[in-house]
Amino acid sequence: MNIFCAGINHKIASLSMREQAAIHDREMATVLEQMRKIDGVSGAVMLSTCNRVELYASTLCPLQTLQGFQKILHERSGEMLPLYHHTTPTAVRHLFRVASGLDSMVIGETEILGQVKKAYMLAAECGTTTSPLHRLFQHAFRVAKSVRTETQITRGAVSVGSVAVELAEKIFGKLDQCRVMILGAGEISERTARSLQSRGVRSVIVSNRTYERAAALAAEIGGMALHFDHWEKTFLDVDIIISSTGAPHAILTVEKLKPLLKQRQQRPLFVIDLAVPRDAEPAINKLPGVFLYDIDSLQQIAAQSLDIRRQEVVRCESMIEEHAGTFLKWLQSRKKH
Amino acid sequence: MFLPIAYSLQPTAYSSMESISLWASTFFYLFSFSSTLLALRTKQLRPGRFSFVAIFLGVVCQSWFLVLRGKGTHACPITTLPEMLIFLSWAIGWFYLLIGSTYRVSLMGAFTAPLILIFQSIGFFFLPPAVVTQHCLNSWIETHAALSLVAFGALGLAGVSAAMFLFQEAQLKSQAPAPIFHFLPPMQLLEITTARLLWLGLVLLTMSFVAGALSGISISGMKFWISFLLWGFYGLLGVAQQARRLSAHRFAQGVVLIFLFALGVLFKIA
Repeated sequence: MNIFCAGINHKIASLSMREQAAIHDREMATVLEQMRKIDGVSGAVMLSTCNRVELYASTLCPLQTLQGFQKILHERSGEMLPLYHHTTPTAVRHLFRVASGLDSMVIGETEILGQVKKAYMLAAECGTTTSPLHRLFQHAFRVAKSVRTETQITRGAVSVGSVAVELAEKIFGKLDQCRVMILGAGEISERTARSLQSRGVRSVIVSNRTYERAAALAAEIGGMALHFDHWEKTFLDVDIIISSTGAPHAILTVEKLKPLLKQRQQRPLFVIDLAVPRDAEPAINKLPGVFLYDIDSLQQIAAQSLDIRRQEVVRCESMIEEHAGTFLKWLQSRKKH
Repeated sequence: MFLPIAYSLQPTAYSSMESISLWASTFFYLFSFSSTLLALRTKQLRPGRFSFVAIFLGVVCQSWFLVLRGKGTHACPITTLPEMLIFLSWAIGWFYLLIGSTYRVSLMGAFTAPLILIFQSIGFFFLPPAVVTQHCLNSWIETHAALSLVAFGALGLAGVSAAMFLFQEAQLKSQAPAPIFHFLPPMQLLEITTARLLWLGLVLLTMSFVAGALSGISISGMKFWISFLLWGFYGLLGVAQQARRLSAHRFAQGVVLIFLFALGVLFKIA
């Protein structure tokens, strides 16, 4: 019995190819059943996410399984997709790497583990899992957990939005009482505001020179629009300012903030300046309770985190190797019996 | 923490069991501190795993020492400066165990262990052990002294938490925080922790003053005024923080400075 794996991912296939190959949950039972009908296949698990479509199977004939899978994908997408494929022991290592986030677009992302678990559950519900596949996936979940807890692979935020969230959490703790104000309805500010919203910020106020644009963005993210001339009046109530106006000069200056800060009852203020040229005077960072981060400093932190993650890959690989060895030993002992 | 004047000290060595328990607790605190440092260096920090257990064992050994010492001297083991320092570090250890078990403030162990180590080392290694010939001991004065030290245990840990706040604030202000900032708790949580410990310490200190007053023993003017001043400073800080009249930065600075001042006067008046 071989463990076989084949599929496409973000490394070898474009988004449009992945879209064509993607298998929706409701189609999963049919596709898994088709897979099991292929000669030699005793069990199959299908993983379909935005970055990959992969088949994991226990089979006696890997070549026939590959051809069968290719045929199924061809029927769905109408074209021959370039599939990679692995058999034991590479297939085992591959699943462990996938579940641990080492094969992801953003190294160390944790969403994939949930997706792998879901794929396994769906297959189990459809009755297409076998003892080796069950053991393989349970082992993969354990490996992913160990990798996450014993290394720094998930440490730190790696995008501007998530860095902003992490910093905000280090200043305010829980964000459910924080109010956010967006100055200038740009794309990055919107993304950053959405990241903060995902952590449950209390409210978002959008202020833009063109009121209609502010209103449109506010409607989109469930916030409140405000005329640009009035933003200073609401300053006292906000905890986080995301600024990305196209102003040619700084709009958040020491002169402007100093008197307002006195009325804030010592509450900290987190200013995220995403504008170029900058909206915030660098000197405001020296004001008590004010934490200023511009696009450069946010990107620097993201790069630092990514660097830490990359450095951790070697440790993760060696952990995976160790676990793969244990699983392969079990598989061998099973064959002997 | 302020003892009646009518004590005379007689030098005496620690018994072998007392020494063993002190050595063991010193080892555990040192282990806690160095394991955290090592974990930070190798970027494999898992807050709470080693610090908490090691400090727990350190506190257990210190407790054993205090029991032995109490039995040996037939008094609460806070009658000499070395004993007081060990008792103070023991109290800080206990407060850490009470609040440091929370995952988000567990890195506090890395900051608490060195403070405990300093007190314990001064008390154990650098000051000669002594016993007190008691002239005017009563239970109220022992309660007063013990409560004072426990109060300063809470206030000492408030100082640790405030120092962590200042450190985290400096990291965030730098705009390029070092990787350790990921492991430190949020500033707001540290401010809340500091404030709670300060109020706890203040309540215990007030109770110790009540016990001191009930003992009926008069204390010298300097001791009285220094005690009152410390109590007043802490009270003012607490009230100003609650009323939002003081920034979190100034509050943290105040807590650290007053604790350092308290330590300074402890050596003078104990």
